[in-house]
This record gives sequence, C-alpha cells and structure tokens, in this order.
Amino acid sequence: MKTAEQIALDVRSGASTAQRELDASLAAIHARNDELNVFLYVDEDGARAAAKDVDDKVARGESVGPLAGVPVAIKDNMCQVGVPTTCSSRILEGWRPPYSATVITRLLAAGAVPVGKTNLDEFAMGSSTENSAFGPTRNPLDPSRVPGGSSGGSAAAVAADMTPIALGSDTGGSIRQPAALCGLIGVKPSYGLVSRYGLIAFASSLDQIGPFSKTVTDAAILLEAIAGHDPMDSTSLPEPAPMLSAHVNDGVVGKRIALVRELIDGADPDVVASVTRAVEVLKDAGATILELSIPELQLGLSAYYLIAPAEASSNLARYDGVRFGLRVDGEDVEAMNTATRTAGFGAEVKRRIMLGTYALSAGYFDAYYGQALKVRTQMIDAFKRAYAQADLLIGATAPSVAFPFGSKTSNPMAMYLSDVFTIPTNLAGEAAISVPFGAGEAGLPTGVQLLGPGRSEAQLFAAARVLEREERGS
Amino acid sequence: MTSPLHRDDVAHVAKLARLSLSEEELALYTDQLGQILEHANDMSTLQLDDVIPTAHPFGLINVVRDDSVRESLDRDVVLAMAPDAEDGRFAVPRIMGEAP
Amino acid sequence: MTLPGSWEMVVGLEVHTELKTATKMFCGCANHFGAEPNTNVCPVCLGLPGSLPVLNERAVELAMAIGIALHSTIAPSTFHRKNYFYPDMPKDFQISQYDLPINSGGYLDLPDGSRVSIERAHLEEDTGKSTHLGGSGRIHGADRSLVDYNRSGVPLVEIVSGPDIRSSAQARAYAAELRGILIATGASDGRMEEGSMRIDANVSVRKSGEPFGTRCEIKNLNSLRSLHRAIDYEALRQVELIESGGVVRQETRHWDENLGVTSTMRTKEEAEDYRYFREPDLVDLAPEQAWQDRIRLALPPMPAERRAALKERLIAPTPAQLDAVEVVIDLNLEQFVNAAIDADIDPVLALARAANELAGGLEGIGNLTPEAFCATLRLEQSGQLSATQAKTVLGELLAHGGEPGAIAAAKGFEQLSSDSLGSTVESLIAQNPDEWARYREGDEKLAQFFIGQVMKLTKGKANGKAVVAELQSRR
Ligand SMILES: [Mg+2]
Ligand SMILES: [Zn+2]
Repeated sequence: MKTAEQIALDVRSGASTAQRELDASLAAIHARNDELNVFLYVDEDGARAAAKDVDDKVARGESVGPLAGVPVAIKDNMCQVGVPTTCSSRILEGWRPPYSATVITRLLAAGAVPVGKTNLDEFAMGSSTENSAFGPTRNPLDPSRVPGGSSGGSAAAVAADMTPIALGSDTGGSIRQPAALCGLIGVKPSYGLVSRYGLIAFASSLDQIGPFSKTVTDAAILLEAIAGHDPMDSTSLPEPAPMLSAHVNDGVVGKRIALVRELIDGADPDVVASVTRAVEVLKDAGATILELSIPELQLGLSAYYLIAPAEASSNLARYDGVRFGLRVDGEDVEAMNTATRTAGFGAEVKRRIMLGTYALSAGYFDAYYGQALKVRTQMIDAFKRAYAQADLLIGATAPSVAFPFGSKTSNPMAMYLSDVFTIPTNLAGEAAISVPFGAGEAGLPTGVQLLGPGRSEAQLFAAARVLEREERGS
Repeated sequence: MTSPLHRDDVAHVAKLARLSLSEEELALYTDQLGQILEHANDMSTLQLDDVIPTAHPFGLINVVRDDSVRESLDRDVVLAMAPDAEDGRFAVPRIMGEAP
Repeated sequence: MTLPGSWEMVVGLEVHTELKTATKMFCGCANHFGAEPNTNVCPVCLGLPGSLPVLNERAVELAMAIGIALHSTIAPSTFHRKNYFYPDMPKDFQISQYDLPINSGGYLDLPDGSRVSIERAHLEEDTGKSTHLGGSGRIHGADRSLVDYNRSGVPLVEIVSGPDIRSSAQARAYAAELRGILIATGASDGRMEEGSMRIDANVSVRKSGEPFGTRCEIKNLNSLRSLHRAIDYEALRQVELIESGGVVRQETRHWDENLGVTSTMRTKEEAEDYRYFREPDLVDLAPEQAWQDRIRLALPPMPAERRAALKERLIAPTPAQLDAVEVVIDLNLEQFVNAAIDADIDPVLALARAANELAGGLEGIGNLTPEAFCATLRLEQSGQLSATQAKTVLGELLAHGGEPGAIAAAKGFEQLSSDSLGSTVESLIAQNPDEWARYREGDEKLAQFFIGQVMKLTKGKANGKAVVAELQSRR
C-alpha cells in the first residue's frame, strides 16, 4: 500500500483522488475484516463525504491539508460525532457521541478521511485485544497470534494495509507494544502533546493518543496534524504542534544514546539481539553509545498497576445506566447501577475497577496509591538523571514477538508483564517510539524502543529513521 | 502493606464499585487481586517518607478559560441518548437515600 | 431559646453558595437558574465519556474575593475527586477541593461584636436536580425520579466556619452577615429560596467549660428561619437524650421543615468511603500575587464597614433606626441615604424612606436616582408634600422614573396655600363646636379628627403638620 505521504501528494497534485484512495482502503477492509476482526464499525457514508469534500476542494483549487485524502483508522475509544463509539464494551454498545474528539476535528481539518473504528481491549485495558466484548482481533502477520493491545485493531488495520496510518492510545504501552507485534512504527507522544478531549479515559494522567504507520515520516506527519495546544484539555501543553516531519532525516550524529539494562532484562534472546544490532547501527550512524542501569524502572509495573486502576475506577464510575449506554433494570437506582455495570463490563475491566477502588479506599490509600505516586516521583527523577547523561535511551518494546491466542489470558500478571518496558515512559509523561527492527520466533517482527524526555519527538523520529533506513534500505 | 487480600475485602470493594459478584467470582478475584497486590509489595520496603508524590507528570498551573458562554447541546440530542427519559428529564428508578 | 441548666450548644456552619458566573465551573454552558430542564448541558457537565473539565477563571476570582472578604489566606490549591454514586452527579464523582483549598483560615465579625472563625472556603461543583414522582413528591416513598442537569457543574464555594457559634440567633446572624458579604463581593445573589445559598449545620452540646460533645450534621437548611429552628430543635434533642441517659451518635440528620424535626439520614457506620484523590484532568491552582491584588483592589467595602459608616451619620440612633440601617445596608441602599444626608435632609427621614419605601419597591430601584430621592424628601421636609404624598411620589419614581415636582403636579399634589387652609379649618371649627372645645381643653387626639376632616375636604392635598399649626394658632 502507498504511504500516507504519497497519497496526500497524489491527491493534491491530481494524480489520484481521495475517493479513489478511499475505495482502495474499503476494498482492503472488506477483503479481510471478517477474518481479522479489525474494524468494529466502518463509516462508509461519513468517509465518502469526507473524501468528496477533499476532492471538491482540490477541484476548486483550495488548499487541502497535509493528510489530504489519506484514509485513517480510529481506535474505538475516541468520540466521533454520530459514529458508534463502544470502547469494545457492551456498556457503550450503540452509543453515538454528540461530539467529536479534538483529534478527529484536527484530522478532518488536515484533509484525512476517517474510515471507521477499530477494535481494542475493553476500555483499553489489556495487551492482546483479547479483552474486547466483540471478539479478539487477529494479527495480520499470523492470524493464530494476537496483534498486541490495547490498540490491536488500529495496529492490525495498518499491518493489513487497510489504511496507511491509524490512531491508537497509549496508557502503559498500548500503541508501542502492538506496533512491535505487528511490525509497525508506533509513537507514544509526550503527555499533553496531543489533546485528550474526546478520548474516552482509562487513566487520565497516563493516556496519550498517538500514531501507527509503516514509515517514520508518516508517523511524523500524522502526529504534527493532531498535536498542539487544545483549550478543551487542561493538561494540554501550551505550545503549538512541533515541526517533526521536516526533521526525520536529521540523523544521530553526536547524539548520546544509552542502552538501558532494565529495558532488555527478561526479554527473549531474539528481541535482545535486535536491540543490540540497533545499537550498532546507531553507533555506525554517528551516535555515541553508552550503557546505563536505571533500577527504578523495575518498580514501574507495580506503580502502574495501582495508579492506572485507581484512576480508571473513578473514570468508569459514570457508566451507571442513567444518561447513556446500557441500562439493566433494577428496582431502585442502586440495583439498576449494579445490574448495569455487572452486565456491561467484562472481567478485566471489573478486575481493574476493583483493584483501583481498593487502592484508593480508606485504610489502604497510603500503602498502595500514595506509595505508587511516590515511586512515580522516583521514576521521574531517575529518568532526569539518565537524560543528564544521554539524549535518548534504547531498549526493547516488548519482551517477545506476537504470542498465540489464549497463552496469557488465564494469568493477569503474565499479561501485565507484556508492558514492563513501556510503562515507565507513561509514568514519567515522556515520549517513546517503537521501531520494527529485526525478527524473532517464526520470522515475526521484533520492536526496538527509543525513549526520550518530554518534547523530544523530533529527536526520536530522527533516530528511528536511521534504523528504518537500515531495515528498509530507503 | 503485606495484608493478604480477604474475600470480604473484595466483596466490600465490589459493593463500593457497584458490581455484583458470584461466590466463584469472589474467590477468583480474591486470588488474582491478591497476586497483583503481592507484586506491588516490592514498593513497600522502600523508604519514601520524604518523597513528594506525583499525581501529574509535569507542573502546568493556573490553566483557566474565559467565563464566556458556549453553545449547549440540543436537548433532543441529549435525551435521545438516555435509556429512559420523561418530561425533558432523565428518568431513573427510585432513589433510596438522600445524596451524602 | 436557651438550653436548660448549664447546657450550651456548639455550632459550626457549612455554607454552600453558587457563584454568579456567566458559565458553569468546568464548561461553557450558561449558569442560569430557571431554564427549561436539560437545555444548559454539554458533554462536560453531562459527564459524557471523553469529556474534560477546564476551570472557569471568573469562578476562581469570585472565590478569591470571598476569601479576601473573610480575611482568609489564598494559597496554592488542588482539586480532588470525591467519589460516590448518585444519579444527579453525572460523573459519579464531584470535583472539589480537599486538603489544599484556595482559601484557608479567616474570620467573620458579626454586628453584635462577636467573631466566628473561618476554617476554609473552597471551590467545588454543584450537582443536578432530581424530581421525585409518586408518593408525596419527596424522596421517600417515590417510585421514580427525573433528573435535570442544568445545575450540574454550577460553581460553588463552600465556606466552613469554626465551631464557634453558641446560639441559634448567632448562627442566624452569621448566615445573614455572610450572605451580605457574598452579595457585596458580587459572588452570589444570596437567594436562599432558589437554592443559591444552602446551609448545613454541625451541632453538638456540652456543659459549659467541658470538651465538645459528639456532633450531628443537619442537612437541607434552606432559609434563615429553618437554620434557627433546626439548630434549636437539634440542640434540645441532644440535651434531652443525654439527660435521659442516652448517648448522641455521630450522624447526618435531615431537617423536615413541615414537621419541624430532624431525623437520621445516615449514621457514621454507614458513611461513604469517598476515595478522594487528585483530579488528574485538572492542574494546580496557584494565583500569583498580582492576580490576588487585582481582586483585592476591585472589592467594594463590605457590609460591616458600610454599616459603621452609616451609623456615624446618625445622632443617638434608636433601635428602630439601627434596624433601618441593617435593611439599608442589606439592600445596598445607602447611596440614597448618604446623598440625602449630604443635602441636609433629616437623616431619620432619609433612613425611614429608604428602609420602607425603597425597600418595598426594589425591583424598580434602577429607575430612581439619588437626586430624585433627595428632591422628593426636600419637598416633604419643607411641608410642600405630605408624608403620604411623598410616599406616592417615590412609588411613582420607582415605577417609572421622572422628576418629583412634575409627578407631584401631575397628581394634583400642589399644597393648599395657608390662606385657604385657614378658612377651611375655621369653617370646620364652626361646624364641630363640641370637638373643638375638647381639643381646646387639651385632648390632643382631636387633632387627628380635624386633620381627617381637612383631608376629606381637600381630597388629601393638605399637609397634616400645617393643619395642626392652624389649629394651634386658634386654640
Ligand atoms: Mg462540599
Ligand atoms: Zn456544560
């Protein structure tokens, strides 16, 4: 499939049309969606209207945005006015938001064509997309395996060439880990770079929307289009979107890049080998390589699995059967709330709501949630010390390649360990990118993760581009 | 912080969260949540009394908006989402107690 | 009411006031009482998935104004979530300030000279409003409820006093004074009947000098009268309970205005576990000194200061005049009184006309200028208008505005000349010899009889004082 960059060029120049590109995307979706369960909803009418709008503008000689005519897949936890938005949960089934997320508004302003909503782990809680109420998504590279999660549907859409780019959300690795398992670029932007307005919250202090793509440049173009201050999100960074695509070829000459021991410890040998080779490539490209140990990172998982559920337990209280979504009758309001939530939420969501409720409850707050917030402080400080020595950090994205269905579903802790390398970035509010690099078991792709401080996206893209050039030869 | 989770803790938390659990679910969740909390015990030995907790990744302050009116939603749109509505309002079964 | 024996009540008040902003606390929906249900709602104040709060700058400024007026310290503050399920609360948590409120400490001085300490005055959001169907229309016995979210997210400041209040009268005076301050700062319209100011009272009793007793919190006090009655009822209930060998349990109680009783709503054991934690969707609030100073400088004088200034202008005021001062300050009418006193009008007359006639016609106060008020009172003071006529002219000015002389002329209020008044009085004396004789013998009540007769003949155009002067001169 063509890159987003190429499609936008062709649409702007008249070499192609948005409607022709959309037809190609819809054809690819129809060809494999039944098999892979990528899209929960394909918004054909809306997409056709958006594509026609772009073509009309081109015909009138009006300016069209950097994503003119580019089909985009949207993780189904972002609100789009009038389009069913479920979070892969029974509790929201059939709900059509009366408003659009800021990212959707910005995509449309950039000329993009949102084609539909992709599957995820219910409320973005999971690492395999097996927790969806509407069935798991299959990995297009090996349909017997998971695509990763929670943004597994968006990753699969790009991996299966249904759309060149997609939006996911990353709370503890939910973009980077499926990107690694599906052989894609996946970016977790700095906290506050992309507006969360209209992103259905999982854990507010950790959630960030970010891009999936096949090329570094496409990820940069997409992130530029959706980033920048939004007055509707109080935690939005005050500055406009940074210049990213113009810097992808800046290279790494003179950059200090640190291999972090804790970001490869416990990973499969194939994964470690890919990271090791990536380090060599960066070194050959002119980077100064060093090795660091950041022991605080080992506490990330524990802190994350208290902070994220605590916030989630509160964020998910509103699903009570009163104003929208599912209602299961009860003789009084409390009985109705309870019946609705019991029927509407899946097992993993209930597990995390209870864990978070417990961590916040009287008598346990200080020991669990309070302690986790202090560990978070320590992690931020540890990263700061690391970034005093290095510009960027490098490690693995996920401990293994894509794993078979059901292999981790019976043991929540085993599943949670999939995110051990990605979680620290979310806790620190910093930026990271997963780059497909090398291969492991059964020839499946392995992901290398580059990490940087807040607002380091341009440097991360430049380093990722060095690895991409090595891997793709262009 | 080494308190192993008890079935009654899980039952209490489920009630707070408005979830109803069968006996088997209670047992399963007690076991699974206990494992997760046990893993979290790696934090309990840390001496963090002097550490300031971070609730936000970074420190923006005084983010405010002007006190100017924006258009509200159309009521028909709002009530169309409601599982039950009557007389321009959202309808719910009886409320057992006053708000706290 | 006084408690029996050496019992004393200990009361602290929590006053919630809605802020008079154009929009809600966290969204741009209109903050407007009385709109059609669910017409001032949006994704934010309906708690729809994906929505996020953004703090209203004006709400912060009004909270600071309240804090400054209460001598509080404005400090860096944070927002928390108070988690509990309730259908009129769309997110099933309330955004409120918890351990770090915007205003801490402070005090409020009451007109009687007593001082009540302020613990905190913090920002939070209001809930929606439920209507109960079936049964008696009250929550108990209803079979379903309807919810309107227009009020959801309206900004509130909750003002918490120290446990310094010792009588229901003092509680009432505190609430009244606080209400005056809220109105003066522009933070609130103080309309308790519309729920824009709501009071909860923490009440305990003790023998004087002993430690505080167990307290009960009374909810739902929506008028100064309810506050007064509920506190008296509750304090007496606790005394009687203890004296009959019982023990006061810490609990939340509901005040029933119709029955005049408090009853158990929730015991301490049933208390919610609110799981407070920092609101991750909002950042910290730390108003810089320059911002605080701007608010401080823009604050008008508070009621206590205005009251003192007005009292200064009265010579040996009577209790009735002091009451009139209260009314004039409460209703923000002192500019009229001050203008009149400046124009050499009798302060007692100015106070009386403001506290009665202007207070009775407040809805038209915008039509009245201090100049027109002074001109009317000058006509009255000089005898050109009777008291009744002056009141009529003020009524007309409040209703439609205008010029007092012209209104008086249009109503035919030109005073009778003393010549024609004299002849009217003489003819009445001739027609009523018995009454005249009794008046001459010293029965002053008969003056009223003659005034009445003159008024009848002149269709109210005569001035009572002038009639008495005519009578005196012939006595
Ligand atoms: Mg409160
Ligand atoms: Zn609103």
